[in-house]
This record gives sequence, C-alpha cells and structure tokens, in this order.
Amino acid sequence: MTSTLQIANKTFRSRLFLGTGKFGNLDGMNKAITRSQTQLVTMALKRVDFQNQNDELLSFLQIPEVDLLPNTSGARNASEAVLAAQLAREAIQTNWIKLEIHPDPRYLMPDPIETLQATQQLAAMGFIVLPYIHADPVLCKRLEEAGSSAVMPLGAPIGSNKGLRTRDFLEIIIEQSQVPVIVDAGIGAPSDAALAMELGADAVLVNTAIAAASDPIEMAEAFRLAVISGRLAYESGLAPKSSAASSSPLTEFLID
Amino acid sequence: MNIKNHLTRYSWQQVTDWIEAHTARDVEQALRKKKRSVRDFLTLVSPAAEPYLEQMAQLSQQITQQRFGRTIQLFAPLYVSNECQNICTYCGFSMDNRIKRKTLSKSELLLEAMALKAMGVNHVLLVAGEANKTVGIDYFLTAIDLLRPYFVNISIEVQPLSTNEYKQLYQAGVYSVLVYQETYHREVYRRYHPKGKKSNFDFRLETPDRIGEAHIHKIGLGVLLGLEDWRVDSFYNAVHIDYLQRKYWRSRYSVSFPRLRPAEGTEGPNFVMKDRHLLQLICAYRIWNPDLEISLSTREHEVFRDHVIPLGITSMSAASKTNPGGYVVDPQSLEQFEISDERSMDSIRTQIRNLGYDPVMKDWESCFAQGHI
Repeated sequence: MTSTLQIANKTFRSRLFLGTGKFGNLDGMNKAITRSQTQLVTMALKRVDFQNQNDELLSFLQIPEVDLLPNTSGARNASEAVLAAQLAREAIQTNWIKLEIHPDPRYLMPDPIETLQATQQLAAMGFIVLPYIHADPVLCKRLEEAGSSAVMPLGAPIGSNKGLRTRDFLEIIIEQSQVPVIVDAGIGAPSDAALAMELGADAVLVNTAIAAASDPIEMAEAFRLAVISGRLAYESGLAPKSSAASSSPLTEFLID
Repeated sequence: MNIKNHLTRYSWQQVTDWIEAHTARDVEQALRKKKRSVRDFLTLVSPAAEPYLEQMAQLSQQITQQRFGRTIQLFAPLYVSNECQNICTYCGFSMDNRIKRKTLSKSELLLEAMALKAMGVNHVLLVAGEANKTVGIDYFLTAIDLLRPYFVNISIEVQPLSTNEYKQLYQAGVYSVLVYQETYHREVYRRYHPKGKKSNFDFRLETPDRIGEAHIHKIGLGVLLGLEDWRVDSFYNAVHIDYLQRKYWRSRYSVSFPRLRPAEGTEGPNFVMKDRHLLQLICAYRIWNPDLEISLSTREHEVFRDHVIPLGITSMSAASKTNPGGYVVDPQSLEQFEISDERSMDSIRTQIRNLGYDPVMKDWESCFAQGHI
C-alpha cells in the first residue's frame, strides 16, 4: 500500500483529486467520483445555487468520505477571490479553498501577483489555501511563506490534456517544496498522472480528461489505478535509467 | 489602432473576392492547422467549405466538448421597454411602427422577475429599444438594483452607452453587455437605419471598445443575418472580436446569430440564410476560436436548436417572450420578433439532458462583480 497524504489537518488515502466541471450529466459525474475513490473534489462556487435547498450539483456531490473543495473560479483579482472564499466558508462550512484567480478568460492563466496577495490574506483569516498557479518554483516558495497549505502548479494549460509540459519546473518544485505539491491542469491521460506521481508529486487533480472521456466512469477507474501505480513506483524507488555500459573499462589505466 | 482604422484594412469587395477565390485545398489546410487566424475563419465560411460541413461539425463538437464540456448555459430575456427613437426598417419596435409603447414600472419589473424566477432562471438578459430620456442609464441602474436580489447574473442588450455609463453598470453588477453591429457594410447600414441615434455607424462600431474599457466581464457581438451577405458580415465580426480580444484580454466574448425573422410592420430579410449555412457559420466560429461563447436564441426553430446543441454552441435562451411584460404583466403587447421555439424552460432542460448535456442554470456569483480592477 502507498503512504497516506497529509494536507493541513486532513489525511487522504487517495492521491487523486477530481474536478466537477464539464460533465454531461450529474449522475455520471457522481458515479465517476465514486469509482475514482477520490476523497476530495473541487467545485466552482459560482455553479452552486445556495438559495436553492435542493441545488442539483450539490446534491450529486454528497458522497460519503468525499470532501468538497470549493474553488474561486470566476475571480479576476485578490479581493474577489477573498469574497468568494468567505462566501464558500459560510455556505458549505469549510475553510478549505482552492484559490483560482485568472483574469484571462481564454486560457485561464493564473495571475501570480493576485494569487500571492490573496493567499496571504486568506491564510491570515484561517483558511486552508490551495492555490492554482504556474509551475514557477520561486512563486511556490513565496506561496509557502505566505501560508498556503499546498501548491497546485499546472502541468499544461487547463483543459488542454497536453500532459506534463512543465515537467522540468515541476521537478524543481517537488524537490524544494515543504508543502504538498498537487499537479493541477493539463493531465490528459492516466500515463500523465502516473508520471506526475513517479516524479514525486503528492497528488494530482484531474477534470477534463475524465469528464470529456467517452466513458467518464471507466476513465475514473483508469486514473485511480494510474495514480496508485505511479505513487507505488515512486515509493519503491525507481531504478536509475542507464545506457549500456561501456565495452572496455575507461579507468583500467589506473594502477594505484 | 482603433476599430475603424482596423477594419479599413479589408474592403467589402476585397473580402468578397477572397471568399470566391477559396479552393478545397485552402479548406483542408485551414482544418489541419493548430491555431487559426481570421483568414482561416473566412476560408471556413466560404462556399468552398460547404462540402466539408460534416467534418467541420465533428471538429466543432470535439473542440467545444474539450473547452466547455457537455454543458449548455440557459438564460431568458426580460424585455423592459419597446419605446424607441430609431427607425430600423427590420425591427418591430421601430419608431415609425404604430404600436402601443410600454416601459415596465418597478412593480412590473418585479412581477416579470418572479415569473422568470419561478421557471428557475438565474441568468437574465435585460432588453430595451433606444429611448434615452425614459429608458436611459438611470432606468437601467434602478432596474438592476431591483433585480439583483433575484438573479445571480444580469446582462443587458440596450442602446450603446458611454464608457462612464458602462462603468456604472459594471459597478452595479452587470455581467455582460451585448451590442450587435447589425451590418458592417457602412452604406447598407445607413439604409436600414435612416433615423435616430442608431444611424451613427461609427458610434455603434466603437461601442465594444467602450464596454471593454469599463472592464465588463463579457462582451457580446453579432450581425443581423439577413441584412447583407452573411459571409462578409461575419468575417468583419470575427475581425472585430479578434481586435477586441487582444485589447481587452480580461473580457470574454460571445457571438449570437440573430437570423432575421418576420416582425409586424417590417420588410422581410433581403438575404435568406439557410439552416445549412447557419450551421457552417457556427462551426467556423468554433473552429477558429475555441474560447468563444456561442449563443443561440429562440428565434431558431426547435428542430434546428436540438440538433446544434452538441455542435458548438454554449448557451441558449429558453421560454423567451420578446415583448415588455410578456411573461405576466402584458402578454398581449407587441413582440420584437416572433420566436420559433416556444417550449417551456422545463422541456428544454429535459431535451438538453436527453442529448447527454447538462443544462446549467447558474454559473456566476455576485462576489465576482464588485467593481474592482
């Protein structure tokens, strides 16, 4: 068995987190979540109708042992994100927040400056902050100092399914981080998730690759297996890669 | 660079010639590319692309599902007034059309709001003619204050306003503003809009810039399909969106396809656009611009609407009344145009679900409209 993951005060057996956007039907989303055995799903605050007692999205997300991680998608700056986090805390009784600030609606590129400011403010207000950001090693250290409980660097543009295009930077982030590193965005296939885990990421967050699959429920299972497999490989210590040994020893000339 | 200069790079005749010159090879090349330019958009709306419609629909579906998922955002219009000081020869609200004029009072606004709320509407679009004295910025601000507690997302489609007025709307919590150029053909525009403030082509053309300067979250553009050659007009619309997207990068953009329909006291369309061509246009927009929101109204008949849901569109109006007070206050007042899809909100939601899509009723939160930036 792989080791558990600790973020702030919570322990997770599953290192696979799921997003809840883009699903064609909420029942299918519910089944995909269950099948993935994830224990943490993120959902956009803006999608939930808190005035409606029977909000559909929320009702399909009431799954035993699955915690909700509200996100601030829609915020273009720190102050909007802080307001959204407060609203989420009040409405669904959690101080966990996935901080997303993307002033650019096309590629949903996170704004590092606003994200850092919001992290400082939210951490000071007692939030467990998980910021979505570029794979920028220095920014990750700054966020850590600002009080974030994990960092969520992107592997590739969100929704692009392009895999770990930022691999070199992710490796530096993983090497340096004192908080869990969750690779978010860009993971398009189970092999990408497995690779992230083999590199030592603490968890991955997957949405489009599952939601837009022909069979989201089976794809959730594929990701579950890939994440376990990648983590197990990491914990087991991957054998070093080497090319064939040189045919004649290079150091034979040494006599003493 | 302003939009007027930007558009002068393309003469109407030049664009028409380009359209005609396209070959199958051009279309195949445009379809193969990873990133596409406005010239590729033009290729995809050209007659040369017509034999490729099935391929375009497949690609459009795939791009849309990846970017937006299998979701359709639903909204409803709330017509607040049919008073108008413009003459637009195609519009039921045109000043010279002798109809009973009506502007909703505060209590009437609330009654209409309640009716929409009861249908589950959270995203509402306020629509008005152009009557600056009675239905100007003050009226809109009052209406928005009144409606804000009931709707999480308020958009408006009214006369062009000033940058300052748009800033006021932004601060009042307006999410998006829609202004259609109707046609980018300057002379033709003059013929269709002989009188009123709307006859000023350039003021209307520069409106999306003013909306962008005010940081409005979403800017909606479109041409009235039926006034001129849809291919050329849509190309200009795409060039306009491309220009805006580079300049006002914080805003998102949507495009709509008002296809001219018969309205009382008006002439019919001069150019009739076939369903096949409207689909080609929708797919061309999507393939050119994966992030563009594409909206389809109840002007279109239900068979067409149901079939294009999975082919590139992202939002739809439903259960629309296009007359002020149309939901409860004054159902008999004159409509701006006849709608074709008369199904209820519930039956449209069911239909969307049957197609394997999630009908989204809420996708916004008022805390994101605080007037910062």
